[in-house]
Formats: sequence, C-alpha cells, structure tokens
Amino acid sequence: MEGRIDVTVENRGAGRAETDGKRHPNTCPSCHSHYRDDELEQTLRVCPQCGHHFPVRARERVAQLADRGTFVEEDAGLRSADPLAFFDLRAYTDRLAEAEVATGLGDALIAGAAAIERRPCELAVMDFAFMGGSMGSTVGEKFARACDRAGSRQVPLVCVTASGGARMQEGILSLMQLPKTVCAVDELHEARCGFISVMTHPTTAGVLASFASLGDVIVSEPGALLAFTGPRVVQQTTREKLPDDFGLAESNARFGHVDAIVPRSELRPFVGRLLAMFSRAA
Amino acid sequence: MTESPSTQAEQLRLRERLAKLRELPLLRGVGVSGEMARLKRQLERMATEPSADDVWQSVELARHQDRPYTLDYVERICDDFVELHGDRALADDPAIVAGLARLDGRTVVLVGHQKGRDIRERTHRNFGMTYPEGYRKAMRTMELADRHGFPVVTLVDTPGAYPGVAAEQHGQGGWIARCQLLMARLSVPSVACVIGEGGSGGAVAIALADRVLMQENAIYSVISPEGCAAILWRDAGEAKKAAAAFKPDALHCFELGVVDGIVPEPEGGAHTNPDEAARLLGESLRAAVAEVEPLDSDERRRLRRRRFRMMGMYLE
Repeated sequence: MEGRIDVTVENRGAGRAETDGKRHPNTCPSCHSHYRDDELEQTLRVCPQCGHHFPVRARERVAQLADRGTFVEEDAGLRSADPLAFFDLRAYTDRLAEAEVATGLGDALIAGAAAIERRPCELAVMDFAFMGGSMGSTVGEKFARACDRAGSRQVPLVCVTASGGARMQEGILSLMQLPKTVCAVDELHEARCGFISVMTHPTTAGVLASFASLGDVIVSEPGALLAFTGPRVVQQTTREKLPDDFGLAESNARFGHVDAIVPRSELRPFVGRLLAMFSRAA
Repeated sequence: MTESPSTQAEQLRLRERLAKLRELPLLRGVGVSGEMARLKRQLERMATEPSADDVWQSVELARHQDRPYTLDYVERICDDFVELHGDRALADDPAIVAGLARLDGRTVVLVGHQKGRDIRERTHRNFGMTYPEGYRKAMRTMELADRHGFPVVTLVDTPGAYPGVAAEQHGQGGWIARCQLLMARLSVPSVACVIGEGGSGGAVAIALADRVLMQENAIYSVISPEGCAAILWRDAGEAKKAAAAFKPDALHCFELGVVDGIVPEPEGGAHTNPDEAARLLGESLRAAVAEVEPLDSDERRRLRRRRFRMMGMYLE
C-alpha cells in the first residue's frame, strides 16, 4: 500500500516470541537471548543465560557424546520405501527427498559403534529435523539392527531419542515398528546387554510407547517433553486444564517414569559412568 | 476339465497377485499362517483392490454402533468366563476386560478392549480408551496365563489409548511399551484379533501375539483417519481421503503382512448377525491357537519375535 511506512525492522523481536512460530532457531524461546551458531555449538546448545536446552541434530549429538573419532556409522545406506504410495498434499517420496537434502541424513536415526568416555557401546541417535524424527520402517530397522550389533559385540546400547512418534505416511507398517523395536529390545535383554535410553525433547507417541521406555536406565534432559499424547491434543480432546509442567521431564520424574534428569553438560560423563556399570570387562 | 475363459482370466489375475505377494520383501520368511491355498481363498473372497469407498465403508462398519464388542463375543464363544478386575496397584479400568475363559473345554486368558452400548455405559467404558491401569490389568492376567500354561487370546477394539492428563501422569507410553514386551516374552501361545477399531499404540499394546487376525470389516491403523487428516490435510473433514491414503482396512493389512488372516463376517457386517459373526470368530481363534500350540515354547517365542522383526519395508 502506498504511503505506508514499513516498520517491520523496528518491530523485529518485540514481544512476538510467544506467538510467532518462525522465531530464529538460535533465539532462546525462554529468555529471548540470541546467539551465533558457533556460540551455541560451544555451549552444547544450552542457553548460557537461562539453561534452556536447544535441540541438537543427530551428528552433533554424536560429536557431543562419543569420544572423538570412535563413531563408525552402520546401515547408512538404508532408505525408506513408499509401501502405500502415500500422497497427502504432497507425495511421501518428495517429502523424503526434501528431508534428506535438508538434513543430510538418510532417515531420522543414525546408528553405529562408538565409545563414550573410553567405554565401547552401540550408539543410536534420532534427529527431529528429519520429518519430526518420525519412526517408519527404516528407523525401526536401524534401531533393531543396532540392538543386534550390541548383542553380538556384547556392549551396551545407548539410544538418544527425539521423535514425534510413528510416521503416518507408512500407515500400519509404522505402527508395526512399535512391536518390532520392542522385540529387538527383548533380544537385547536376552543377550544380557545394558540399554541406556536418553530421552530428549520431544520423545512422544510411538517412540515413547515402544523402545524408548524400555531402557534399563532412562535418562532425560531438563525441560524435555516426554508424553504419549502431546499437550495440544490432550487439551483439545479432553478440555482438561493442563498442569504447567504437563508431560515435561520434571513431571515424569515426579511420577516415577525417568531415573534421572541430567543437564546436557553432564550427560557424557553420566552415560560414561552408566556404561562402566554395565561393562563386562570390569 | 475345461474352464470358461473368464475363470481362467480370473485365475491368471490371482496367480499374478500371489506372485506379487511373494515378492514383497516383508513377507519373506514370515509364516503367513499358512499355505498359499489359504491365502488364495482369502484373496478370492476379496479379489479386487479396495477402493476409497470400500476403505471408508470398513471405517464406518468398524465403528458401527451395533457392532459386537468383546463381551458380546465372550458370551457367545466361551462356555464360561470369570472376569478378573483391577491392576493390583491402583484401579480397575473398565475400558479393558480380562478374565479366565473356557474355550472348547480348556482354559484360556482372554483380554479385550470394551466399548459401551448406551451413553451411560459408553462413558463408564471410556469409549474403549484405556488408561495405563488397563494395560497393567492385561499384563497381570497374561502373567497368570504364563504361570499356568493358559493360551492368551486378545480382542482389539479401541480408538486409541486415552489422551488425558492422569493417563500421562500414570505413564501411558511406558505401560504400552511394557505390555508389548511382556507379550513378546510369553511362553504360552497367543492370538490377537482386531474386532473393530485397531487404534494405534492403544491397540498394538495387546496385539504382539503369535498370530494376529483381523475381522473383515475391522480397521488397524497408526492414527485415526480424522487425526491424520487434521495433521496432514490440516482439516479433520478430509478423513475419508486420509483413510484412502493410509489404508487401514483388513485386505491391505493382510497384503502388507501385518495380519496373518482375515476373519470373515456375515454379509453386511458383524452387527447384522452377531451369532454368526461369533461363530466365525470362534472358529478362527481356535484354529490359530491350534496352529501355534504344538511348537516348543522357546521356538514359538523366537518365531513370534521374528514375525515382528520382519515388519516394514525399506530400501537397502
């Protein structure tokens, strides 16, 4: 419109953090401090001002947790098929290709052999940036194979989850990844290997209702949402008044569903201690 | 014997379809409760690919208000049934029934979701939406079965696990996971049948069995059609489109290797003739138990795990 002065520059950042979904990813949602990417990388993506834990991409998580150069990825070539020829507003195959280009990952989980604090383990890490960390056939298969490798190498499994749940685009086959991963954990138990489940924000629905909840030890990061049903859906379906900390790690700890809430800066030594507990060689 | 050209064409088409089925990587090695003959019979019943309308009809029939529920089948199939109540920790969840049942002169443990018929009962049963307490009740009765060597039969009919604050606080996700883990470990034979809505995690929690069956007009899905439409189409009104896209009907589930067999229903759906529906269901349940019972328990457990480990389709 003519004659109207553009004031968007002045208004930028003014009181819109709550409402604007397009907040810059490096702006802290709780204290609004803004950081350069390399700053956040140095602080393990924890806000130095208020301690908010930003999401961590899978490869960066591996770098944070594993001893340098020890991670050897396996099954990197596994890709999702499109068993239902699924098409919503766009084709599933397009969404997959786009996610792969955007994230540089084949699917929402990477796995391989690693050492944490010089303790060998199998490490599986999910990436929320790949289609919301959703679990389809590929994620299920990769997790199951990680269990197999842990069993055959007789090392514990460490799995870091971040997922919105089962992937709708693979329909019932995605739901079948719940019993599939549960069976894989059962086999891991039979091989008498430890399983440390690290739940990060968010770990919800199908992933929470399967392998993530079956860790011998369940660790979570502060403020992570760990819920079978997310707060929005609970609110909409039941019209219940939600507690402020609904579904958060702190609430889960209070109700006895997680063993420990560990800040990211202490996660690596903590997992290292646990691995020592489960280690055969000791 | 000479056959008319149309039967020959029919057979040719069926053979092609069978060949295609065998090629599906996910079916590799899975004991699809049977032999090709049985597969073929079922394919013959539903020789054509279900259309969007067929799929939606399944959705509507699966949710039909007169569709028989777990207890309707129990009273028709079982000679006796003693319902067991409570999870021995906190509560008794009416959305799931569990108990000791007599089936053909032997004892089984039967667990099933239960919906209500009138508004009062529906509220009481929470529309078949289970709390963690319900899964714990299922678990303790399955443990009982394991102790005494009773086969486990589960009937699945739920829109999903209850999405409420208390359910979350009581650990909904964790108990769904642990209920599956328990079923993976059972040393006794287990058979599950989806008799209505197989809604997501709430359904699969009690469906990790040696044999998984599905009634002809039941649906089994990762999310409700409305939920899927709301997320992917941003409009819950597109449920029909969503259902056509993720294909929750029995034939598709069978083709994908998710269920081992389809249990036929009377013409027009189970609600038109509950007695006949119960007879057909009872027959299938007995046959499925008989099929897995002769196996050694370790072997059965191994095969059960393998059955689920094969699920999925990916590119190597």
